[in-house]
Amino acid sequence: MLAFVVRRILQSILVMLAVALIAFTLFRFVGDPVNQMVGADTPQAEVEKMREVLGLNDSTLVQFARFIWNALHFDFGISYQFRQSVTALLAERAPATLELALAAAAFALVVGVLMGVYCALRKDGFLAKLFQAVSLVGVSLPTFLIGILLIYLFSVALNWLPSNGRGQVVKVGDWWTTGFLTVSGWKALILPAITLGLFQMTLIMRLVRSEMLEVLRTDYIKFARARGLTTRAIHFGHALKNTLIPVITITGLQLGSIIAFAIITETVFNWPGMGLLFLKAVQNVDIPIMAAYLMLIGFLFVMINLIVDLLYAFVDPRLRAAMQG
Amino acid sequence: MSHPNPEEIKGLTTALTGASAGAAPHLGPPRPRSLIERMKDSDIWLSFKASKLAMVAALVFVLMTFGAIFAPLLATMNPFDPAQIFLADSSLPPAWATGGDPRFFLGTDDQGRDMYSAILYGLRISLIVGGLGVLLAALIGITLGLVAGYVGGRVDALIMRIADVQLTFPAILIALLIDGVFRALVKTGNKEESAMFVLILSIGLSFWVQYARTIRGSTMVEKNKDYVQAARLVGLPVPIIMLRHVLPNVIGPTLVILTINLGLAIITEATLSFLGVGLPPTQPSLGTLISIGQRYLFSGDWWIVAFPGLTLAILVLAVNLLGDWLRDALNPKLR
Repeated sequence: MLAFVVRRILQSILVMLAVALIAFTLFRFVGDPVNQMVGADTPQAEVEKMREVLGLNDSTLVQFARFIWNALHFDFGISYQFRQSVTALLAERAPATLELALAAAAFALVVGVLMGVYCALRKDGFLAKLFQAVSLVGVSLPTFLIGILLIYLFSVALNWLPSNGRGQVVKVGDWWTTGFLTVSGWKALILPAITLGLFQMTLIMRLVRSEMLEVLRTDYIKFARARGLTTRAIHFGHALKNTLIPVITITGLQLGSIIAFAIITETVFNWPGMGLLFLKAVQNVDIPIMAAYLMLIGFLFVMINLIVDLLYAFVDPRLRAAMQG
Repeated sequence: MSHPNPEEIKGLTTALTGASAGAAPHLGPPRPRSLIERMKDSDIWLSFKASKLAMVAALVFVLMTFGAIFAPLLATMNPFDPAQIFLADSSLPPAWATGGDPRFFLGTDDQGRDMYSAILYGLRISLIVGGLGVLLAALIGITLGLVAGYVGGRVDALIMRIADVQLTFPAILIALLIDGVFRALVKTGNKEESAMFVLILSIGLSFWVQYARTIRGSTMVEKNKDYVQAARLVGLPVPIIMLRHVLPNVIGPTLVILTINLGLAIITEATLSFLGVGLPPTQPSLGTLISIGQRYLFSGDWWIVAFPGLTLAILVLAVNLLGDWLRDALNPKLR
């Protein structure tokens, strides 16, 4: 068991190092940091001095080690566009993205499970067929198109909800800002959260439906029926409970995708999060922000995969036995 | 195949009825049949004829491809020729709405470009970028998969680890990143001309993993079979064995991946263009058109965004339906 955990953690560190290498290559070779900082009229001697100060004359290996060391201290350098510390920029925008991702995941989970259960229980009903068809169309529609459609319906035509920004935010603690405490914050969250969560919702709906149909055929459900339990107790107490484990796993694994896909949603709704910052960085070739964002998302994905794998090992006795044997 | 050969049946019935209707029953080796004849007998064709949804999807896709190929002939104007555009015609609604102009069936955009013509040209660019991107991905993936599966050892481990790492990230993120890197590398002057090339490259490098995994798996099975051993004993060079002997036997399943990925690639291109890192407004794809149209949503000019959006949605839906059908039709378990 311990050997498995250690090996899995070592693997994750290796993947992180690979991501760091890509980020470092970006940082060091794609955009020369000095060229971005100096003007055309800066004397050559000063440029050389700057190179020396920044350590750009050291060997590549030393520079890579320094890059990792700095990354471990959350130091990703200065943004070319904003002339500010990249870490501060990201930290300032992290709450917006995380709140959006959280709301989207909650929406996807709740609505997806409800629709999935309904589709499984009323397999041939009209509404179930409709849900299925809508989910197929939903998968085919690009995220940004769904966002535009929602804006047109609820912001332009009906004028119910805002289409832009986070609404009024409240400062909590040192650096966290939240939109959860104001009415305008909640209103602003609805459309982006639906847009971002819709794809995951259809995914969860299909998963719950197929898992539930499978579980309903098993012997213990038949036995529960024979015992004379109420239909409600069978469906929700027995069947649903057993379908939720894969659902929670998938949702967990999708959390990283939700944060990554937030780039698109944030652009459509002009949501001041990390994704929008990253996109501006790609448009303006702001390498430090790109490198830092890459490291951040990489870390997120590696951690999520690691936690899921370790949890499986702890939870599933068969896996545990296989590892010892 | 469990289907009886139709020619055998025909031969049998003629023999039974004793009527030699017209053509004499040919003896000896069967006459080689044309490609179309063979296609009509295949299971795929039968399954295609049985699925109405697949037929509709195929019809829509063929029509759209046709429209894209012959865009210069079908369009009422060249939307990128400044001499044909008049600002006086800008922001006209579709022909059937009040204030519409019969010359511009789907209305015009803010610069007076005919939406119908712009969509045809946009469709063309979207299909070219998506199609070439997917083909590039297949080329990279199949090559790496063949090498990994056939050579094995460290080469295999290296390629597959890269694939594993890449697979943990969403393709759109990788495409964005590659796009960003190339934009940094390309000299500022050529940005617009190279935009299409950069997009195809980003899509190709983001979608190769699935092909590599599939091909590697079947290559590892095939390479131990007798015919490969025989080819090796004859002394054929390794690249020849891989290309002439192994490849034809492992390439089948990639067709399904190709179709399903085409939809994804079109979405990726549209998304990148929408985000402003894809094709510039001077050579707009459907995504660029939507991105332009979105700005006019609040002024009530809904048609500038609605028609390109609808075209994109229908195109992707048709490709996805075709992909789903092909996957089921080629899956031996479902037959």
